[in-house]
Amino acid sequence: MGKTIFDKIWDKHVVKIIEGGPSVLYIDKHLIHEVTSPQAFSGIEKRGAKLFRPNQIVATADHNVPTMNQHLPIADQLSKFQVDTLIDNCKKHGVELYGLGHPNQGIVHVIGPELGITQPGMTIVCGDSHTSTHGAFGSIAFGIGTSEVEMVFAAQCVMQTKPKVMRINIEGSLQNGVVSKDIILYIIAKISASGATGYFVEYAGSAIRALSMEARMTICNMSIEMGARGGIIAPDETTYAYMKGRPFAPQGEYWNKKLTEWKKLYTDADAKFDLEININAADIDPMITYGTNPGMGLSVTGKVPTMDSISDPTEKQNFEKALAYMGLKAGQSLLGMPVQYVFIGSCTNSRIEDFRLVASIIKGKQKNASVKTLIVPGSQEVAKQIKAEGLDKIFTAAGIEIRQAGCSACLGMNEDKIPAGEYCISTSNRNFEGRQGAGARTMLVSPLTAAAALLTGKITDIRTMLN
Amino acid sequence: MQSLQKITSRFIPLRIENVDTDQIIPARFLKSTIKEGFGKNLFRDWRYENDDETKPKTDFVLNQKQFTGEILVAAKNFGSGSSREHAAWSIQDYGFKVVVSSFFADIFKNNALNNGVLPVTVTDAFLQAIFAQSAESTLTIDLEKQTITIDTTGASESFEINAYKKTCMLNGYDDIDYLLSMKEEIEKFELNHNK
Repeated sequence: MGKTIFDKIWDKHVVKIIEGGPSVLYIDKHLIHEVTSPQAFSGIEKRGAKLFRPNQIVATADHNVPTMNQHLPIADQLSKFQVDTLIDNCKKHGVELYGLGHPNQGIVHVIGPELGITQPGMTIVCGDSHTSTHGAFGSIAFGIGTSEVEMVFAAQCVMQTKPKVMRINIEGSLQNGVVSKDIILYIIAKISASGATGYFVEYAGSAIRALSMEARMTICNMSIEMGARGGIIAPDETTYAYMKGRPFAPQGEYWNKKLTEWKKLYTDADAKFDLEININAADIDPMITYGTNPGMGLSVTGKVPTMDSISDPTEKQNFEKALAYMGLKAGQSLLGMPVQYVFIGSCTNSRIEDFRLVASIIKGKQKNASVKTLIVPGSQEVAKQIKAEGLDKIFTAAGIEIRQAGCSACLGMNEDKIPAGEYCISTSNRNFEGRQGAGARTMLVSPLTAAAALLTGKITDIRTMLN
Repeated sequence: MQSLQKITSRFIPLRIENVDTDQIIPARFLKSTIKEGFGKNLFRDWRYENDDETKPKTDFVLNQKQFTGEILVAAKNFGSGSSREHAAWSIQDYGFKVVVSSFFADIFKNNALNNGVLPVTVTDAFLQAIFAQSAESTLTIDLEKQTITIDTTGASESFEINAYKKTCMLNGYDDIDYLLSMKEEIEKFELNHNK
């Protein structure tokens, strides 16, 4: 029987299968950041052990950094201490660090692909659930906890039970105004925030093949939001064209050798999946979330479900809790609702293509005066590219400021937060209670839908603004 | 890591689905560089009005005196979202040794096991049966036998845990000790893998 791409890569990385237990899985690349690594460094020191393969680790500071005035010392003392601890640990243990001020600095899931560190066929881990992003290149990439970060420090391996495999096929063409973020929000709304728990998901079909690498990353990024261990897309010419010439991508003869290997990374025609889901791309509208988990999403023109559509009492109670938090009523439509904030950024949608999409909508127009903005490139490199393409001038002319690279308002950890009770149209990945700040009300959308809200100050169907 | 064999305790019923790790420990408390001290901020924004410790929300179970114990019982899909191990640390630091739910998110389950907190998956019906008990009733979890029992009714169910993790939990071993012991094997694997 044939193998899935997931099986092909997994099997190549199994060092040992423990009887009645997990597999010891070898890790090619380990990405670390300031928040989930300090306890792993101190753990390894407490054991008197050394980092096993420090040259397979790359570090950056992203979660807990300001996105303005990065040249100044970090004002929050706890944040400063955490970022300084990363600097000390990397120096002490010989780990390459792209810290604040370094031209390679940025959100860990933006810089990995951008620098060519992320490659097909690899196993990649990071103490961050959105590590699934890197699966867009045909790698097995997943988030781990800090104990597991310590395991990789100690032995370049993690202990993992092999997940089941699911394939989601998306065929056909997308409507004008619908982009990859809408695809993944549609999938999660369809199968729920726990619908892929226990699975690794392969995304396939003509609609996926037609996507750019940036768009594929957005899809794989949010795999975790339906509970999946990770997401994967088989590499193709789009992948190789994106990678070629990037600083850490293979060069010269070695590129050709790797290319031959990468071209074997696909799911065999007779491979079996534990579950397959088929989606028609044309069915997908611009999407928005109305609740407090990413599965609570609907078409931007849709209506919040009504109470009688839910039978289970616990579920009903949770649905009421979510609507009360969001300040919404069952059965209401969202279109035209005023929003106070627009956040464009995060590891989901902060890449150059996202900024091009937004710029294409706001070009020559003015931001709505009532909307406050947080517009945050994913990396120093993206920021540089925004300037090189002159997109910064479009934003400035619209009255919108572009900040410096970091996770920003995605997670309510650094200075960038949304105040309690305010609505934020956000290109990030999580709409949990308090995610963007205590009491903040997050609505997840695509960069296009966010751009529409920038101009109107309201929840808007982007399709009505396109020719 | 602390070992765990058998526990009988009252429990705290958290009738909320999809409890994500941002609720368990909000991101603003992740600035610490040590593992200790997270318990006081467990479920912070569900516990207190306006982040004020002098204003506990009386409708939240952790603030209701009739509920106590070392077992947390939660509705389905517990621990979804962020991979932050701080969630497991805060549950452990608060004093829980076992979390019972009808469904756990993958990363949380691993994180809990790596910190000596036992995740016990039960059927929906059994979960409802636990929620139906009075605040004084107790649960017994026997890891060796892989059973969970509602002591007042005697109703019992078995739960899954892989043999390796069970041994680790019963003896307080952790995965890092195991991996450190197989370094030569890993080096041998690398010789072939990196060709």
